[in-house]
Amino acid sequence: MKHLLSIANLSAQEAIGILDTATELARINDGQIKKLPTLRGRTVVNLFAEDSTRTRISFEAAAKRLSADVINFSAKGSSISKGESLKDTAMTLQAMGADAVVIRHSASGAAQRLADNQWMSGAVINAGDGTHEHPSQALLDAFTIRKHLGKGSKDLQGLHVAIVGDILHSRVARSNILLLSLLGAKVTLVAPPTLLPIDIEKWPCTLSYDLDEVLPYVDAVMMLRVQQERMTELFFPNAREYSRYYGLNSQRMKSLKQSAIIMHPGPMNRGLEISAQVADSARSVITEQVSNGVSVRMAILYVLLAGAPLEVGSI
Amino acid sequence: MKPTVVAAKGASFCLSTPAHRDAIVRSASFNNPSREVGKEIYMSIALSAEDISRALTRISHEILERNHGSANIVLLGIPTRGAHLAARIAEIMSKIEATNIPCGTLDITLHRDDLRLRPPRAIMPTLIPATGIEDKDVILVDDVLFSGRTIRSALDALGEVGRPKTVQLAVLVDRGHRELPIKADFVGKNLPSSLEQSIRVSLTEIDGRDEVVIENRVQP
Repeated sequence: MKHLLSIANLSAQEAIGILDTATELARINDGQIKKLPTLRGRTVVNLFAEDSTRTRISFEAAAKRLSADVINFSAKGSSISKGESLKDTAMTLQAMGADAVVIRHSASGAAQRLADNQWMSGAVINAGDGTHEHPSQALLDAFTIRKHLGKGSKDLQGLHVAIVGDILHSRVARSNILLLSLLGAKVTLVAPPTLLPIDIEKWPCTLSYDLDEVLPYVDAVMMLRVQQERMTELFFPNAREYSRYYGLNSQRMKSLKQSAIIMHPGPMNRGLEISAQVADSARSVITEQVSNGVSVRMAILYVLLAGAPLEVGSI
Repeated sequence: MKPTVVAAKGASFCLSTPAHRDAIVRSASFNNPSREVGKEIYMSIALSAEDISRALTRISHEILERNHGSANIVLLGIPTRGAHLAARIAEIMSKIEATNIPCGTLDITLHRDDLRLRPPRAIMPTLIPATGIEDKDVILVDDVLFSGRTIRSALDALGEVGRPKTVQLAVLVDRGHRELPIKADFVGKNLPSSLEQSIRVSLTEIDGRDEVVIENRVQP
């Protein structure tokens, strides 16, 4: 593995390898000294051409805990806002000797383009590209589910996960559907028909338009943010109606299994897809997802950067 | 390639019963068959199951003697085979002392100095006993002491967990060729070896049998 671009490129074995590595690294994150010498002398560039809080600081914390040097670089305040192309930016990073680039971009496929061209030799980690994929988020979600519900098993065989809300614009959903089904979980999507992409029947998941019908049967429910910034037309009549049909509130939470967990990739629209009471309830693992994110991203950096550089052409 | 048996002519490192003094030719390394396919490897058994068991019993007594009892001892094995050896020593010591000796594992992968020279390695579990290691006499346990680099990494890894009173080292086999100023406190067997040879430790927990074998690339 040279890059992490998409869950579609991962085998179940590779994914489990990353989760196992993250499990061991999480123990270190719980200890007193949260610093390892493993990536000393390596440079990780966070190239964020789109806004982010969690993913950027999570990758930054992960790289720093492994002693890598971190350069943060966002579109605002850099030459990207003057119109510099991705190619020129990448060549600049190469000239500075970046060993890995963590890229967040509003264009789907930006990470793939960076990896496919010979603009730079370092590893490319996709931290979210448009509405395509967000593999590190899916890995941390799978890690959180395995930790709570895995009962010691390596994969997610026999578990049922509902992904609810704005599937159409969600790269988190795309990565999660691929990864959760790769690890043996059953995935059910719940969304209004307007927020489902065409071709959805071909994905490895089942579909429902009724949240109340699905909730009693799932082990984990993942609420997605309604991505108003990507909505160029009207997808539902108004926020109150969306919230009534597809929002998770305390009333609906009661119909969940005793053991079921509630997840959200953040940032949350409290009161729209998830009520404040649910987000702050004991069954919500939303803040734990954030701390697990650091361990999982450390594992990704370890797997991609710690070993000997791979031969050219082998991925 | 068919395995055949040839007699070793008085190999100096082969100190077991006459039956063990036979060198065995196998067509591939039994631990990792893919690695040596097609090569002939001459092997001789350096320690049998009984030898290993006697060595571990002696090491257990020596640890207790040196530390005046077991009150402050914590055993930490270096995965994978060192961890199993530590568990065995803890069991023997617990029997002798009629108490439970704390025993855990310490992974050193993240502290290795050769990470960049090889493909990424899997990280193994680090399990520190509930007693912790603060102000304890920590006994590190590993299977083979060779360059000393693993132990250097282990000392770094220990520093991240806490500050023990003393750190001592117990190994099943010391094969020499140190590259760092490191010495074992408790040794099961000294096996002066050449760099052409490799030493394979097999343990029942992982490999299905107890055995220490010396492999030669050329016929001894």
